Amino acid sequence: MAYSDKVLDHYSNPRNVGSLDKNSEDVGTGLVGAPECGDVMKLQIKVNPQTNVIEDAKFKTFGCGSAIASSSLATEWVKGKTVDEALQIKNTEIVKELSLPPVKIHCSVLAEDAIRAAIHDWKKKQGADKPVAVETGR
Amino acid sequence: MSTDVKTFPQEQEAVAKGIKLPIYMDNHATTPVDPRVLAEMLPYFQEKFGNAASRNHPFGWVAEEGVETARERIAKLVGATAKEIIFTSGATESDNLAIKGVAEMYKQKGNHIITAVTEHKAVLDTCKRLEKYGYRVTYLPVQKDGLIDLDDLKRAVDDKTILVTIMAANNEIGVLQPVEEIGKLCRERGVIFHTDATQAVGKVPTDVNKQNIDVMSISAHKMYGPKGVGALYVRRKNPRVQISPIIDGGGHERGMRSGTLNVPGIVGLGKACAIATEEMPRESCHLAGLRNRLKDRIMGRLDEVYLNGSWEHRLPGNLNISFAYVEGESLLMGINDIAVSSGSACTSATLEPSYVLKALGTGDDLAHSSIRFGIGRFNTEAEVDYVADRVVETVARLRELSPLYEMAKEGVDLKSVKWAAE
Repeated sequence: MAYSDKVLDHYSNPRNVGSLDKNSEDVGTGLVGAPECGDVMKLQIKVNPQTNVIEDAKFKTFGCGSAIASSSLATEWVKGKTVDEALQIKNTEIVKELSLPPVKIHCSVLAEDAIRAAIHDWKKKQGADKPVAVETGR
Repeated sequence: MSTDVKTFPQEQEAVAKGIKLPIYMDNHATTPVDPRVLAEMLPYFQEKFGNAASRNHPFGWVAEEGVETARERIAKLVGATAKEIIFTSGATESDNLAIKGVAEMYKQKGNHIITAVTEHKAVLDTCKRLEKYGYRVTYLPVQKDGLIDLDDLKRAVDDKTILVTIMAANNEIGVLQPVEEIGKLCRERGVIFHTDATQAVGKVPTDVNKQNIDVMSISAHKMYGPKGVGALYVRRKNPRVQISPIIDGGGHERGMRSGTLNVPGIVGLGKACAIATEEMPRESCHLAGLRNRLKDRIMGRLDEVYLNGSWEHRLPGNLNISFAYVEGESLLMGINDIAVSSGSACTSATLEPSYVLKALGTGDDLAHSSIRFGIGRFNTEAEVDYVADRVVETVARLRELSPLYEMAKEGVDLKSVKWAAE
């Protein structure tokens, strides 16, 4: 199986690896996947409460190279976007950017789920004053 | 990003030690042809090209002589007689011929076959097909160390049992089944015993009489011979075993396997067996030494690394270990100048983690994290040290990237987490 150059690049030099304080009010954490399935992604966002802009994002991923690349790319893409803009990111865009083969599409789905789960967590922390319905998963 | 040509530090390190990259350490998948084997094969492509079945001219006689020498060499390696060796296209065909051939020949006697869950697919899928034709198959479980329980086998044999097929050495975890005891039990119960010895012959001592083996599958390319050729041992006396052919035609190989013989391949298999007969004692010490060194240099430097399968009953060149919190395919990507295999779903055609590891009771998470190292004749100590260093540094890097490792270090019990399944 040959990997695309972009997957190799994200695998070798993953962007935004690490963790944010999950107890902070401004941080949303998404943890998706399961060890038994061979993929677990943790994606965290730090949101500016005034502007709703995602100022920082971090990830850690247990999974194949494509899963690592998908989540690394997801952190790059959400940074600088508002949460509503970030919710527009589709897994198909990740597939296209990384040239993922069909057997690796689930990696991109998981990355989209991770973004949504992180935003969902952050919104929950903001309480009832910002109720927004969020689709999680598929 | 810099556009300068980067020289990776590991490449410099390898060159300094005289190691040629990539390193091949996947010798359970296949092995390179030994130069001595190739040298014996080459004349049989051109000047000795005859059909071994041509009885009326010297071209045929020369080819036949090559085939018969090979037959004797194979027989010698496994303690058989030359007439008991049938040539095939490889171990998959040998397994098919053994199981289907016995099933058909002895169908008047019974319809029950016993095998084990960790067998190669060539055996398991053949048994599954026979189930469709009315045969009854018992799939024995294995214990945590990968060995079958002989009491399970004893209980499974009934008066309809015609065949027990249990492999000698497992292709993933290298575990050696108690072939001699299985054979003894089968002999006592009057049941034919077939063993898929693809990974064992040429690696560990094999004697069909001492081990009570009735039918045995052999492959050339796992022991430094060419691909596309194998053999089946079929016992001729005490007791005489008969098998129905699955390929009909010119009646070659005493009617058990028609088709013009692959003479160069057969000559190569014979030479590979002759080398193994001579060198096995020394070679197995060499392989076990390298394998133990690899294990020590990895497991001594990383925590939460688990050995899969029995350590005691194992092929000398096999090491199969799981690196907790690291997914196998991502590990393979990180050591891409080293050829090994993983039990991770991502590296399999079926997208399921290794059924062999699952059968041992290894959790799916650890099955995804497993790597099989297959050390062979041409690996060196310098290569082992290089592989160990690369594995250790890559696992450490990927664990820094792993949310599971972070959670485990924080004291979270990963089993208690309610994972959001996709």
